[in-house]
Amino acid sequence: MTMTRRQLLILLPAAAIAWDSILAGTPEASPNYEMAEHWWAMLIDITKCIGCGSCVRACQLENQVPDGYYRTWVERYHIADWEMEYPKVDSPDGGKNGFPPAKEAGGKNFFVPKLCNHCADSPCTQVCPVGATFISPDGVVLVDQKYCLGCRYCVQACPYGCRFINPQTNTANKCTLCYHRITKGLTTACCEVCPTGTRQLANLKDPKDPIHEFLRTHSVQVLKPQMATHSKCFYNGLDGSVR
Amino acid sequence: MQIPVEGFMYPNEVELQWSVLIVLYPFITGLVAGAFILASLERVFQVQAVKPTYRLALLTALAFLLVAPMPLQLHLGHPERSFEMYLTPHVSSAMAMFGFVYLWYLLAVLVLEIWLDYRHDIVVLSQTTTGWRRLIYRMLTLGSTNVSPHALHIDERAGWLITLIGIPSAFLLHGYVGFIFGSVKANPWWSSPLMPVVFLFSAMVSGIAVVMLLYMVLNWMRREPIDMRCVDTVAKYLFYTFIIDFSLEMLDLIHRIYEADESFRSLDFMVHTKLYFSHIVVQILLGTVTPIVLLGLTQVAKLTDLARKRIYVLSGCLTLIGIFAMRWNVVIGGQLFSKSFLGYTTYKMGFATREGLLTAIVLTILPFMFLWALVKLLPPWPEKAVLAEAASAQ
Repeated sequence: MTMTRRQLLILLPAAAIAWDSILAGTPEASPNYEMAEHWWAMLIDITKCIGCGSCVRACQLENQVPDGYYRTWVERYHIADWEMEYPKVDSPDGGKNGFPPAKEAGGKNFFVPKLCNHCADSPCTQVCPVGATFISPDGVVLVDQKYCLGCRYCVQACPYGCRFINPQTNTANKCTLCYHRITKGLTTACCEVCPTGTRQLANLKDPKDPIHEFLRTHSVQVLKPQMATHSKCFYNGLDGSVR
Repeated sequence: MQIPVEGFMYPNEVELQWSVLIVLYPFITGLVAGAFILASLERVFQVQAVKPTYRLALLTALAFLLVAPMPLQLHLGHPERSFEMYLTPHVSSAMAMFGFVYLWYLLAVLVLEIWLDYRHDIVVLSQTTTGWRRLIYRMLTLGSTNVSPHALHIDERAGWLITLIGIPSAFLLHGYVGFIFGSVKANPWWSSPLMPVVFLFSAMVSGIAVVMLLYMVLNWMRREPIDMRCVDTVAKYLFYTFIIDFSLEMLDLIHRIYEADESFRSLDFMVHTKLYFSHIVVQILLGTVTPIVLLGLTQVAKLTDLARKRIYVLSGCLTLIGIFAMRWNVVIGGQLFSKSFLGYTTYKMGFATREGLLTAIVLTILPFMFLWALVKLLPPWPEKAVLAEAASAQ
């Protein structure tokens, strides 16, 4: 195929725009997404987690999370025997690079992935002085980065330690449930890469979502139920020692 | 910078969010509220003995109130957006109410009350001074130069009414600061319905102590005799308020120890290790029990004027140290343990950083500089002295 100079001159700007769009990661439009048809949640099956840290790495890459801060992380619990009130817990680098062999012999070890619980009654949104953090109509707790004062009250109010102040923006930051992805029909980065299917994104408003069958047939718990935050991260196989 | 951690912290918890500046904020607002409540004793409750401290207490409250928002502004990640709290306040947030409570207290209560109380002096000074001072005083009259007995009577009644409104406002100002902490259910060290009440009484204690100290120091600097009846009365109020404050704090402590809920083991460990010095030694022993015993001594023993003065100065200083330690233990202590109750972090304070020690020192000194300027502009001494000073300045 031959191309004239005129055709090339027309094509080059178009190619430049297309390349720029690829570099900027411009999201696709999601004209078919209806907020009212969604109420997002996550199911975490602790019995499947192998502590590989893929979810943490994927989240950091997908959301440009600065080093030393975590939108999601994995904890390893060790419980020697009956003293479940005092478990030994570690999470080196948030479990990003997996875990070294357990020091303690005997007892039980298991991994607990953590992320924002996207509480329906979230204490963090309650305390924000300007309403920069809010619950979207489809049930995701988000932060308006252009409005946040950086007062850190929300960080104090979160019972699960899920928020941090991004040192690059000086604003509150946290898991967005990969909102830019899930509104395009994709799943979250952490769910996408999980090799064992520990994490599953769920739409509670969709009667066909497998989460309903799972919740009906398993003993499922949320973290710190005494906080009455109506967390939407449901854990299967959650040990009573987990905080 | 590696922050030392013991046990397990959630990874985002290692770094403390609220620094020494947030310790200063309740300390400073506490001094405002306390000083104002002391002033109201004379105005509303007709305690004539404390009259010599009345105006000084008002000016102290104003000087500290002007500095109160500064630590907050310096702490914000985006201070340029702080005005949004006025434009789009989030009604469910205790912090969003700060701007409104602050403005109400500053403009509707304190500035108005000071202006009404000083109006006569301002008018006299605007007529007796010269140069730029005259200009300032003329501006401060706001064009209201009528000092007839009838006009002054109206000032008096209006001032009384504002003080009456000011008392619940002062309670609101500091009670709400306590609520900011007390309403955080995620943090058992803070979460307590007693927190606003404890904050309020500790505010009164610190405010009374600072005015008592300032009154004595300023009189000493001016080589004027100290009105012992006045400081005895102020010290008596300090003593009784301190007892209430200490009782409330002990009630909270005993309740926590007896209930021993899931957080107790973690908090108890913290008090015995990281907070031992600031909590047990400085706050309770040095800053609370010692001044209460010393002030109690002045209530039961017949001591000379000099001995009482020395005790009052010592107790006042220890009280301020103790109340500052209390704020420190609440704000910093509340962030040293993990919400998992499995570990502890460390507070590393910078020196010449935005939220460092140097900034904190400057913000502590600043209210005293404001007070110095206010005292120069609006002398809180009896009117005869004001007029004499004005005459000598000419």
